[in-house]
Amino acid sequence: MCKLNEAAVNKITEICDRYTNENTPLMMILSDIQNEYGYIPLEVQEIVSEKTGISVAEIYGVVTFYSFFSLTPKGKYVIGCCLGTACYVKGAQQVIDKFAEILEIKPGGTTKDGLFTLDALRCIGACGIAPAVSINGKVYPKMTPAMVQDVIDQYKKEEEGQA
Amino acid sequence: MVNIKIEGISYQVEEGLTILEAAKACGYEIPSLCAFNHGECNQGSCRVCLVEVTGARGLVASCVYPVAEGMEIKISTPAAVEARRASVELLLSNHNKNCQQCDKNGQCELLNVAYLTGARDDMFKGSMSEPHIDRIAPGLVRDTTKCILCGRCIERCKNAHGLGILGFENRGFETFVAPAEDRSFADSPCIQCGQCVNVCPTGALMENSEITKIDEAFKSGKHVIVQAAPAVRAALGEEFGYPIGTPVTGKMIAALRRLGFERVYDVNFGADLTIMEEGTELLGRLTNGGVLPMITSCSPGWINYAEYNYGDLLPHLSSCKSPHQMQGAVIKSYWAEQNGIDPKDVFVVSVMPCVAKKFEKEREQEKVNGIADVDAVITTRELARMIKRSGILFNKLPDEEWDQDIMGDYTGAGVIFGVTGGVMEAALRTVYFKLTGKEKEGIEFKEVRGHEAGIREASIDINGTVVNVALASGMKSAKVLLDEIKEGKSKYHFIEIMGCPGGCINGGGQPYVRSCFLPNEDDDILDTYKEKRANALYSEDERQVIRQSHNNPQIKELYDKFLGEPNSHKAHELLHTSYAAREGFNPVDEK
Repeated sequence: MCKLNEAAVNKITEICDRYTNENTPLMMILSDIQNEYGYIPLEVQEIVSEKTGISVAEIYGVVTFYSFFSLTPKGKYVIGCCLGTACYVKGAQQVIDKFAEILEIKPGGTTKDGLFTLDALRCIGACGIAPAVSINGKVYPKMTPAMVQDVIDQYKKEEEGQA
Repeated sequence: MVNIKIEGISYQVEEGLTILEAAKACGYEIPSLCAFNHGECNQGSCRVCLVEVTGARGLVASCVYPVAEGMEIKISTPAAVEARRASVELLLSNHNKNCQQCDKNGQCELLNVAYLTGARDDMFKGSMSEPHIDRIAPGLVRDTTKCILCGRCIERCKNAHGLGILGFENRGFETFVAPAEDRSFADSPCIQCGQCVNVCPTGALMENSEITKIDEAFKSGKHVIVQAAPAVRAALGEEFGYPIGTPVTGKMIAALRRLGFERVYDVNFGADLTIMEEGTELLGRLTNGGVLPMITSCSPGWINYAEYNYGDLLPHLSSCKSPHQMQGAVIKSYWAEQNGIDPKDVFVVSVMPCVAKKFEKEREQEKVNGIADVDAVITTRELARMIKRSGILFNKLPDEEWDQDIMGDYTGAGVIFGVTGGVMEAALRTVYFKLTGKEKEGIEFKEVRGHEAGIREASIDINGTVVNVALASGMKSAKVLLDEIKEGKSKYHFIEIMGCPGGCINGGGQPYVRSCFLPNEDDDILDTYKEKRANALYSEDERQVIRQSHNNPQIKELYDKFLGEPNSHKAHELLHTSYAAREGFNPVDEK
């Protein structure tokens, strides 16, 4: 353990301390850590285990149960393709397949440059604009496979502009 | 009391019982996977014990559904029979059914319940979950193709040790039970005690069998010596139909001899040796201001726990090896020398109630000049398998005696090592003598006795010297004593810690206690088996003429001729070891 720096350890400890009065604090702690760092590796789970008395295996079980939690760092841009019923019948599978093909990753994976993560989502409540894709909170309505390349290029261009 | 009907017949049963318990009291054994039901399961998730109940919506799981006034229960309606069969078929549909390759064959609860419910048609044949198999740890094997996700192992690890090494990972069809990150037991802070093996209904968790190692040693023509631990004799009989708590020492010796072992020794001699060394160490620490409290070091599960979780308290541990390691070292030095045999040609087998001993014997710190004290460790269960495959009819064996050369004598003090409080009592008998120059009247120290998990303590006044002692078995209890030491609040001089709740009699290598396979035992056998096994050992202690380790004549001879005196340089070289703090989740290479 302890590849973590002191600041990270302090931050995680602080997050755990936020919920000391809760009966079942685990979900809240893990959500905060996921939001803060974008992922929850084993080293972090060990600290949470120490603070809460919940075993590492149980925490790991929760992290792997919910797709919202991640064990590995997510990319700078998280592409969430909705595969809920409405999006699916409108062709969402073809859209996510196209993303996977162009980015050369499987759903759940992250590109080697750390720029993109591709996630399959269940219904995000945007059935009226199906198939919907959400990238870092920005929603792209009525996606088609043909539009995928353009969307990716847009983010790549933005990235180059910043560089 | 509440009035219920089962199959139309009226009964009065206690309030608060589950249907399963109430039915049992009325003379019905509803087919279930609750042969081991101390609440240590995923609470009703297996759906095997379904019954029809008036007023309930659909069928109910009788193991969790409480009885109520006026309830009518039907067990044998076509719908209930069919539903129970379907539940078992569902469990079997994702199960590795190579039963003849499985060491659990004959003691598998799933196979038993499949027989009872008539599940044999492969009703739901289809895809199988991905297998996760761990054969790396010396003590334990995990094979998820046989797991039914009942969760008993997870609960047992938490209840016994507060550890929770195992957990459910992923979800849905991909769910499996494993240490975090699907690591091996060897790469997680697992203490390899084997309590999870004791409760697993199938062959998903098993000891790492070493029977083939012994076969190979015989084949290579080595001098194969066997030594059996005290707790084995208190439980081995169960594998051959004897009531729980029947000591089978004489028949066990006869069986070991018929299996071809060149010498059959009792680890009790090693236990007496441990008391000489550990007692002397304790007296030394008491008089020279050494690190106190001193903690016993016989239980390798406990040693693993200490190294993972209390690295800063390791100086409190006695430096003594455990009895079978000590005896192995003596066999490979003194015995080999006396018999003119090269230690490299000696193969020492230990029969243990324990799976952590399989790990212990591999420790580098245990070796003497690069030679391991012990070459193979088999559990009580593995010994039973060896006896059965050799066609030996155990109950027809005569009672025989241990081999008597060099290390045949043993005392009652050694016998009680197998139960929590035993090492403490044995040590006190000798410490009492060393401090007062005479034996304690009545010999026994009953205040430290017990057979359950938890903490016991006592203050023993030995001629004005007060020795405060405490005992714990199961790491959940041990943690309380250890945290006291850490905070500087411990008032004790001497602490005995055993890894498994109740001590070695309830070790991870002992015969399974399953009510479904023990029709002649009482209904409360899961509450009483530890006490019965403990009593088997205490009765053997009482039968011994010599009951204090320091009075064992061959122990005296060993010191006179070979070791010098307790804690001598030679004794340290052979009989003592060292410990090192370990990281629980050490980094592992990417697979």
